[in-house]
Formats: sequence, C-alpha cells, structure tokens
Amino acid sequence: MARALVHIAALIAASVAGAANADELVPYNIVSDGIAESLTGAPGDAARGRALVLARTTTCILCHSGPFPETRFQGDLAPDLSGAGNRWTVSQLRLRLVDAARFNPETIMPSYYRTDHLVRVGRNFAGKPILSAAEIEDIVAFLATLRD
Amino acid sequence: MSFWRAIAAAALLATGPALLAGEILPDARRSGYSFMGPDTRAMQDDDTSNPGMLFVLDGEALWTKRTGSADKACADCHGDARGSMKGVAARYPAFDKALARPVTLDQRINLCRSNHQQAPALPYESRDLLALSAFVAHQSRGVAITAGDDPQLKPFVDQGRDLFMQREGQLNLACTNCHDDNFNKRLAGAPITQGQPTGYPLYRLEWQTLGSLERRLRSCMTGVRAQAYDFGAPELVALELYLMSRAHGLPMETPAVRP
Repeated sequence: MARALVHIAALIAASVAGAANADELVPYNIVSDGIAESLTGAPGDAARGRALVLARTTTCILCHSGPFPETRFQGDLAPDLSGAGNRWTVSQLRLRLVDAARFNPETIMPSYYRTDHLVRVGRNFAGKPILSAAEIEDIVAFLATLRD
Repeated sequence: MSFWRAIAAAALLATGPALLAGEILPDARRSGYSFMGPDTRAMQDDDTSNPGMLFVLDGEALWTKRTGSADKACADCHGDARGSMKGVAARYPAFDKALARPVTLDQRINLCRSNHQQAPALPYESRDLLALSAFVAHQSRGVAITAGDDPQLKPFVDQGRDLFMQREGQLNLACTNCHDDNFNKRLAGAPITQGQPTGYPLYRLEWQTLGSLERRLRSCMTGVRAQAYDFGAPELVALELYLMSRAHGLPMETPAVRP
C-alpha cells in the first residue's frame, strides 16, 4: 500500500514537472531593439500567421485593423497593420509581439510571450504565454509580408 | 491648456472629489445609452418593449408577497415602494454600520430577508433577486447617482479605484485602459463605453436576460483572462462602489437595455 502511494506520488510529481516543462518559455536574445533569431529556430509560415491574426482567440484583430476585406468587426484601438512589414524589420516585429511593454510600459498591447509580472491570471491561463513560440513566428512571417 | 480651462480645472478639483490623471471629468460622463444604436435605445425607452420591465413587474409582485418564518412582505415594513424606495438605489452600495463595510442592493435585500423575514438568502443572479433589485432600482429611474458620498465609504471607494487601475489577467489590462482612456473606440467592432453603471440590473441582449453589475464585472475579468472574483466578494463590492461614485450625477436608468 505504502509503496503504491509512493508510486502514485512519483507519477504526479513527474506529470507536474512535465507540464511545467511544456509551459517554459524558449530563451531569446535581444539585440538592439529586436530579437534577430527565430524563437523556434525555423522560419514561420505566413499563411498560418494570417489565419492566426484573424482568429479572435489570438486577440490581434480585437484592437487592430488591417488589409482583411473579408473580416468584419475589426478594432481601432491600435494602429492598422497595413504596411507593418515596411515599418518594422522581422527582428523588431518579433520583440514587439514578445514584449511590447519593453518599449512603452503604458502600452495596452499585451506581451504575448511573457508569463511573469502578471496579476490574478485566470486558472486556465496561469503560467502560459498568450501565444506559443511557433505562433509568434507564424504571425511575424505574415506581418513581414504586409507591405504597402 | 488655456488660462480659463486651468481655472475651471482647479475649481473642479477644489469642489468635487479629487480626480486622478486619466479619470473622466464630471461633465464628460456619459451613460452607455449614448453609445448604443437607435434600435436598442428605442427598446429601452418604451416600457412595453423593454424586456427588463418583466422583471420589474415580477419584483413588484414579490414586494407584497409574505415570505420566511416571520411571514412578512417587504411592503409590511417599507410600504409603497414608489415612495419609500425612490432614490435608494442611487445611493448603493451603502455603508452598513453592523457589518462596518459597504453592501450592495442585492446584499441589502438578502440582509432584510435573513434579519427581518427569517427567509433564506436568494442566490446571486437568481430570478427573484434580480426581480426585487430591478423593482427597487426602478423607483430611482431619473434620480442622480450619489453613491459613495458617505465619508465612511472613502477607504472602500479608494480600494475600488485601485482595483480599477490595476492591470490583471493574462492580457494584463486594467479597467481604466479601456473605460477611461479608450471609450468611443471600437473593440472588435463594438463601441467601448465609459463603463458607467447607470442601469443595473439591466437587460443585456447578449445574455438574453437581466443581469447584475457584478455579472458584468466578472465577464470583463474573464475577457482579460483574469480569475474573476466570486459574487459578493469585497473586491467586487468595492469596484461597484467606485464605479457608482465615478458616475456621480448621472441619472439612474434601471432597467437599462444594452447590446
């Protein structure tokens, strides 16, 4: 009985440790005002990135508008995404998605790849970034294609 | 800023409660009604089409219905609500001496039930509680909001203001980020209002029912992916109190209709 309990405790500990690993953020290097290297080590997929920007769960389109004629109900709280690829380099786009507050602590743009210094995060979201590293890369790849 | 605007601002600061940077000046305060389209306004304006009035009628019936082991109705103590309840909701949440803290109108109704009617508390968002609070608040329709004026409430108003200014949740946004700094803009196509709680409990088309201010606050918290406070939590009461004090002078609209 005692042995079984120890075994169960070990299983629980292992699964908790596994979950923690899954949520851990990939380390990145900030060079000047950007992150030069892909968070995943591979380039993102611009088509997937477009779909992500338009999916309301990523929250982009709640505040931003953009060259998306098929999408109703875009926001106007934040700059239009048209021409984002002219205004910013890939490296700058990546850091602006990862942690926009680094440039302006007052910004309403969430830091999409950060889990610290947050208050009362909902149970289902605790310890998780808003977007995964792969999602950030897909969105960066898409935004880079938005040229006037 | 011009000389005269500076004088006006200084005069406001001298007379009214001190405003923090970013807070909405009294003459710029606008009910959510002014952000709605003509159809929703018309629905609220006409009592025969306002679905909230069905709850008010239910509340009117409950007002005179005896309940609890004391076998007493609200009307047995308070008489005709049209007189006795006029202006009451415009002063809530109000300070309760016995509890030494503010209580909401819902909580006051339940305190009456347990203390005077010996009846069990009605659950938050239950039809009967919404109906009673809609009926009571309806007696204040058109009355200017003065909640928070009682000096005993000051620490609780301050707590509510701090919570309003506090960023929270996975999206790391505070109430003030939208409702002080960005009202009139559009979140996913829907106008952002100032969050003035003038018409609660109100009929929300999205809910297809009447709901309390606490329900609305909880759904905003869920929206920024924060852990919502439980109904009746001191933090929600403080937020409700701050919001009412922030709406000082605006007329009550209960039951309002909102999209």
